[in-house]
Amino acid sequence: MIVMKTLLIRYSPLLLLAAAWEVAPRLGIIDPETLPPLSAVARAWFRLLRDGDLAVNGLSSLQNLAVGLALGIVIGVVLGISMAWYRPVEVLINPLVRVLYPLPRSALIPVMILWFGLGAASKIAAVFLGCLLPVVIGAYNGARGVEQVLVWSALAAGAKRRQVLWDVVLPAAMPEILAGIRNALALSFILLIAAELLISQHGMGYLISSFGEGGAYDAMFAGVFTVSAVGFLADRAYLLLMGWALRWRG
Amino acid sequence: MTATGISFRQVSHTYRPPRGGAVLALENVSLEVREREFLALLGPSGCGKSTLLYLLGGFLPVETGKITVGGELVTGPGPDRGIVFQNFALYPWKTVRQNILYGLEKQRLPRPERERRTQELIELVHLKGFENSFPAQLSGGMKQRVAIARTLAIDPAILLMDEPFGALDAQTRALMHEELLAIIRRAPKTVVFVTHDVREAVYLADRVAVMSARPGRIKEIVDTSFGGRRGAEIASTPEFAEKVDHLWSLVRNEAIRAQEQRE
Repeated sequence: MIVMKTLLIRYSPLLLLAAAWEVAPRLGIIDPETLPPLSAVARAWFRLLRDGDLAVNGLSSLQNLAVGLALGIVIGVVLGISMAWYRPVEVLINPLVRVLYPLPRSALIPVMILWFGLGAASKIAAVFLGCLLPVVIGAYNGARGVEQVLVWSALAAGAKRRQVLWDVVLPAAMPEILAGIRNALALSFILLIAAELLISQHGMGYLISSFGEGGAYDAMFAGVFTVSAVGFLADRAYLLLMGWALRWRG
Repeated sequence: MTATGISFRQVSHTYRPPRGGAVLALENVSLEVREREFLALLGPSGCGKSTLLYLLGGFLPVETGKITVGGELVTGPGPDRGIVFQNFALYPWKTVRQNILYGLEKQRLPRPERERRTQELIELVHLKGFENSFPAQLSGGMKQRVAIARTLAIDPAILLMDEPFGALDAQTRALMHEELLAIIRRAPKTVVFVTHDVREAVYLADRVAVMSARPGRIKEIVDTSFGGRRGAEIASTPEFAEKVDHLWSLVRNEAIRAQEQRE
């Protein structure tokens, strides 16, 4: 009961918003053409689900997102730790990271389309590039902050220098790496949808833009709602995973 | 059994901080540590006693002078020299058991042997029931017992201890002294123990090397072996009080000088 009550209080602003969304277009306060009532959006959502539009386009989007994000994480961690551990890598890469960091990632989408075409490759490249820097910076800061004595302990126990990277530096940097990945996860949704909105034949961004252009606003809102919900759930799930992975922090 | 006598020959060390000028931390330190001897390095903070230990551990490069262990030149860290740090230096992401297992894995011991040794050590340092706890869940005294068990796991012939009990409260420290002496009685080792606590040095060590304020030099070496008696057997004797007084008078001036350097 208490749990129900706290949930109710926490999400009551959402409920109010949902009620307003339903009522305002019906009373004509807002033009129902530009904002269809929530019930119409819900009907459209079930229609999209039944017809398989959500499954096909959702899976296509998730696939590109997962590939781009995974590439960004793996390459980002390797680059970030190498920068912290090998001076020449730092000298080479660090200025690039600093210069590129403030660049709005979505500005790169047209470039990616120019280089990798209209298909999945350009979407993956956009997600990858967007995710790379937060992960690099997290891994770099985390690896630089590793306590000297932890490295010494491993060396005294007989670890080789390269083993120390895997045994000590990577796990010690993990809190900052995981925080970087959380930023990357949020960015990956933004970049993927932006790229799909711009030009594509599949994906949630494509679905949203084609309904928008065709005037099917209830279906368009259903698509927007789906992307937001999946993004929110992905972040929640990630936080749970992160809490488990860092349970040693006490 | 390999020879574990340690020799420092005219060792100097310059510390170069990332900002500011170079500091001469150690100057011409020459010192012999006998096999299976418990030697305390006593000195004010900042006198370079920890640096001397890190050089012996092979963590810092020996740029001037020579350090040998059993006649062999020290060129890097090795499992013959186990080290216990002041702030425990446990791997926070590993459980008590995993922390102790780590060195055994690096020594490529067969799995049943690793498990058996780990279990023995957990019992030795009284941590049964805490095998699967993470360091963040333990008290300071327990953490330091894990650190000692982890170092003992690979059975080093030489034990380096860098103010290992400095972060503990007085009662825990007294208990840890007893445990350390019991452990060494069972499995004798050459011990180099860095401390700024005069009583601790006299209580534990066979000999105490007093270091000067920066640049660190060996000022005097005092015999505190009491004919092989140690710890509680000697703590209330007049001889013990005399040694503590004598060492304190030696350290006092250095501590004042060290304080002036800091100001």
